[in-house]
Amino acid sequence: MDKQAPPISATLLKSPTGITGLDEITGGGLPSGRPTLVCGSAGCGKTMLAIEFLVRGATQFGEPGVFMMFEENAQELTDNVRSLGFDLDELVGQKKIVLDHVHIERSEIEETGEYDLEGLFIRLGHAIDSIGAKRVVLDTVEALFAGLPNHAILRAELRRLFRWLKDRGMTAVITGEKGEASITRYGLEEYVADCVITLDHRVAEQICTRRLRVVKYRGTAHGTNEYPFIIGKRGLSVLPITSIQLDHKASSDRIPTGIARLDDMLGGKGVYRGSSVLISGAPGTGKSSIGAKFADTACRRGERAILFAYEESPEQLLRNMRSVGIDLAPWVKKGLLQIHSSRPTMHGLEQHLVMMHDTVLAFQPSVVVVDPISNLTLDDTEAEVKPTLMRLIDFLKKLQITSVFTSLTTGGNAPEDSQIGVSSLMDTWLLLRNVEFNGERNRLISVLKSRGMAHSNQVREFLMSDAGIDLRDVYLGGDRVLTGTARVAQETQERAAAELRQEDHARKLRQLAAKRKALDAQIAALVAEGEAEEAEVNFAIAQETMQTNTTQQNSDAMGHLRGGNTTEGNSLTKGKR
Amino acid sequence: MEKNTPTPDDSADFEAAAAAYANVRYVLRLYVTGTTPHSTRAIINIRKICEEHLRGRYDLELIDIAQSSTLAEGEQIIAAPTLIKKLPLPVRRFIGDMSKTERILLGLDLRQKCEK
Repeated sequence: MDKQAPPISATLLKSPTGITGLDEITGGGLPSGRPTLVCGSAGCGKTMLAIEFLVRGATQFGEPGVFMMFEENAQELTDNVRSLGFDLDELVGQKKIVLDHVHIERSEIEETGEYDLEGLFIRLGHAIDSIGAKRVVLDTVEALFAGLPNHAILRAELRRLFRWLKDRGMTAVITGEKGEASITRYGLEEYVADCVITLDHRVAEQICTRRLRVVKYRGTAHGTNEYPFIIGKRGLSVLPITSIQLDHKASSDRIPTGIARLDDMLGGKGVYRGSSVLISGAPGTGKSSIGAKFADTACRRGERAILFAYEESPEQLLRNMRSVGIDLAPWVKKGLLQIHSSRPTMHGLEQHLVMMHDTVLAFQPSVVVVDPISNLTLDDTEAEVKPTLMRLIDFLKKLQITSVFTSLTTGGNAPEDSQIGVSSLMDTWLLLRNVEFNGERNRLISVLKSRGMAHSNQVREFLMSDAGIDLRDVYLGGDRVLTGTARVAQETQERAAAELRQEDHARKLRQLAAKRKALDAQIAALVAEGEAEEAEVNFAIAQETMQTNTTQQNSDAMGHLRGGNTTEGNSLTKGKR
Repeated sequence: MEKNTPTPDDSADFEAAAAAYANVRYVLRLYVTGTTPHSTRAIINIRKICEEHLRGRYDLELIDIAQSSTLAEGEQIIAAPTLIKKLPLPVRRFIGDMSKTERILLGLDLRQKCEK
């Protein structure tokens, strides 16, 4: 509303329309003092755009305006725009706006020769002078073609009218009906050549989307794409608001996800503030719970968060999250958390985005959770989803809001494939998977990517209980990855096997010790035997030595005795005994 | 419009209607813008028609919308010159410089009278 991008071209004066998004696309507004042609088919919002241009000019930019209408009358118009919150009666009373209804009844009019539209000029001139108008709307001037048969005169007069408006320095909006071959049915674009905006509404998959395009804007750069727009409670909103530049700041501030082990996987600190996180997974893998935990954590830090729920009502969401230990109700009560639930089919994608824009701008949260984005479109036209999401992400990034998107992946192809369209927009991508094995399903979480941080390449088991959310290491043994009870069983088995092995070792050691003891005993016995033998040998030697000595003595004695010595003979006898 | 095969009854009605028209008073207003050639021509032309066909039973008012612009709004005047036949009803409008006499006479319901 009040933010205006600086004009791209400073040479051309521009009048801000005050219409959300339009001023950004046109680089500041419509050309000042020149007519702008707004054309489109019936019901595409031409009059709404025109009246908002006038009302905002009168109320926000101090430029009174004249609304000259050829189709509706003043009362009808006043009633119609009351729904946008514009009180025309009051503005007319304050002399900020003049409503002039030009009524032409074809059947009443007879042409009788040459004429001009001086009456119209005088009326318009009078209306402009009466309030000092700066802006003029002619809603649908083409009605004149139906009312006045002589088109040659009419064309000449319209050319003069636009020239006249230019000369008077009026910033004018002229609406025109869309033509078959040309931009407008009666070729008004020939006369209004400064700025041409086309409006369009298309129905795809039963959902209608309005689009706006600046076809031409002489003398200035402008966004040339088709931009979706909606007519909301506060007037027109043109999207995207921020897609012109990719210049948002990148914070190096990190915020935790609220799941400690998930933070560990994300380089230990969580995700960057202002980054976008995609959580994709099959049904029932816990995407919403992670999203809710994220919001919960933000509220714990005292920051504000918004949860856009497209599957559950706020009550249901609160109840379900309580079951996994996430109590969001206090935050809602404190005003830190807003939960917005709506059916995705309620509006088109653009309408949802505009609603998000409005809500985010009003609440100024630091975390936005969208659950899920995959539900926002009925069909899988990613060509449609991607640009719109890009706009949303750009918008959130510009405001430094951390965004969490959950996305439901359909079965069949690999989960990595199913998000190709939007994943490139995401800074962090968490993939949740169901693994069915051994008669149970278990959840696995892995970080597919996370820009700008060292993240874990490991798959973790994702557990949800009434105590909260937790991550576990999975069992990686051999070539198998086991989770859940299989993991527990395997772990028990491993433990038993280890114990058994230990027992075995102990037994072996004991056997060895026994054997060693036996050997020791054997050695001792052998040593003893050796010693015994040695003793025997020594004894034999000693005996022989003694015998030899005795024989020697005997022979000596006998020799003595034979020589006549009886004593020697006695002693010999004695010795012999 | 004239009937193709007038029955006696119809023609009697017609005669009566024509007689009534012959006496009715015309109230005409001509809106012009200053003294442009169109305006001047229109004034001359309408005066001539009135004098020829409505002598003595018409009021012609000339209004310059350049001077009283609020009137232009009230009467839904966009083209100039514009002639409005206020009476007799229905109200009819003629735009242009009043040079196509036949059309004006037709619109003013004076044509039948001329043919008679």
